[in-house]
Amino acid sequence: MTIKIRVENATRLFLGGTVVAFEGISFDVYANEFLCIVGPSGCGKTTLLRCMDGLIPLSAGTITLDGQPITRPPEKVSMVFQHFGLFPWKTVFANVAYGLKVRGAPAAEITERVSRAIELVGLKGFERYYPHQLSGGMQQRVGLARALATDPDVLLMDEPFAALDAQTREILQEELLRILEQERKTIVFVTHSIDEAILLGDRVIVLTARPGRIKTVVRVPFPRPRKLSVVRADPQFGSLRTQIWELLRSEIAEAASVPP
Amino acid sequence: METAVHIQKQAELKRAIANLSRRQRRSEWVIRLVGVSLILALWEAFGRQINPLLFAPPSRIVAAAVQVVGSGELWKYLSISLKVFLIGTGLGAISGVVLGILMARIRVLDLTLEPFVIALYSTPMVALMPLVVIWLGFGDQAKAAVIYLFAIFPILLNTYQGVKSVDPKLLEVAKSFRSPEWALWGDVILPSSLPFLVAGLRLALGRALVGMVVADLYTAVSGIGYLIVRYAQSIQIDRMLVPVITLSLLGVILVQGLRWLEVRVAPWQHSSHD
Repeated sequence: MTIKIRVENATRLFLGGTVVAFEGISFDVYANEFLCIVGPSGCGKTTLLRCMDGLIPLSAGTITLDGQPITRPPEKVSMVFQHFGLFPWKTVFANVAYGLKVRGAPAAEITERVSRAIELVGLKGFERYYPHQLSGGMQQRVGLARALATDPDVLLMDEPFAALDAQTREILQEELLRILEQERKTIVFVTHSIDEAILLGDRVIVLTARPGRIKTVVRVPFPRPRKLSVVRADPQFGSLRTQIWELLRSEIAEAASVPP
Repeated sequence: METAVHIQKQAELKRAIANLSRRQRRSEWVIRLVGVSLILALWEAFGRQINPLLFAPPSRIVAAAVQVVGSGELWKYLSISLKVFLIGTGLGAISGVVLGILMARIRVLDLTLEPFVIALYSTPMVALMPLVVIWLGFGDQAKAAVIYLFAIFPILLNTYQGVKSVDPKLLEVAKSFRSPEWALWGDVILPSSLPFLVAGLRLALGRALVGMVVADLYTAVSGIGYLIVRYAQSIQIDRMLVPVITLSLLGVILVQGLRWLEVRVAPWQHSSHD
């Protein structure tokens, strides 16, 4: 298996070194795999993802993409944000076109790729709407289309469905699996939901409480294409869930007993 | 269908709210109309008792207005002042916006210029009139410069505030998509601070109007200022009040127009949902 992203001994400090977000983290992300990262809140999951996008630097260690160190946001990586991060003054079309426009893509190419991405996420007909006219679920579909429109190799997803209600979240998880059948990508998906990590991921990295370190890596055995209802009904789903929950519970208990 | 139902519900709610606020607005207008008429009637009644050399009731001002406007005299002098007003405010707006963005985005400029800008914003610009006259004389250049000084600081400071309050999350999104700094201005910073900018322009127009009259009175006496001075010196109070009222109408129109614009440039701020 080819290694797409390699994280080596990554450490990130905050507030002049007094707060350690995560420390000594090493793992590989293989090409076209779906890697989920779960951990108690405050363990630096989001910070790690932002380092992987080159938005903030590591305090120590390295992150490489295809062997090249990441120092600024790479062209072949797109991020999907928990807060959607849509531009409220741009239409759905213009929001999805943003990445391509910044890159200076020709107009014809933008139109073609944007229409394709909008269709892929099921928003055809909403091109002229503004984000505030859409529901949360539809807004995150726009966020996903914007990330896909630049045709990245890697999608970094920072708790993308955490702000949505339970039903919408489930619909979007199903949609994400469907989209990935059509567009194979390498995905790093940060979440605090164990269910979500097992339903979507090929592997799940479990982080410890702050300072975040890797506690375990769990392999998810379910074949693709997956159907959420089928995976849920599988007895292995329950045992995996219990296994990860036990790992996390000790961490959360520890985090609760230590002042931040 | 999450989408169709959602949009239909939104439309129904909007209609209901519109109905309610329409009824409320109607009653507010009735009160306003009655109140204003009452005050005008009082002004008329008392105005007639006072020596016409000192004061004028509304009826005489209206009669004077018909003459001053009808003869084309008002427009002749007003247009002279308005030309300088547009130049001064226009230049003030452009340089205020550019400087505001630069100051907010470049740390060194921010730290060095901020004390000066705040000091100048608080300085009554009238105090600088003699200096402007020494530098630029009594002509249109000096007048435009005075208006410029009155207009620039509210725009500069509002733009600065607007740029500072751009959502850092959106700036990070832009950074994640590899946007260079110059592209940020058009894509994120300007649209996001547009409501602040319009508010700044509204404040600036009010001040610039003051600057326009001050410039007319304290440099070469011309334009609308000249008209006021001439009628005052010939003790035609009714006529003198015509350009004064014109100025306040102009101010109201400009300020209300921008207020109207202010709530429309950023429709996303006024529509909440869920």
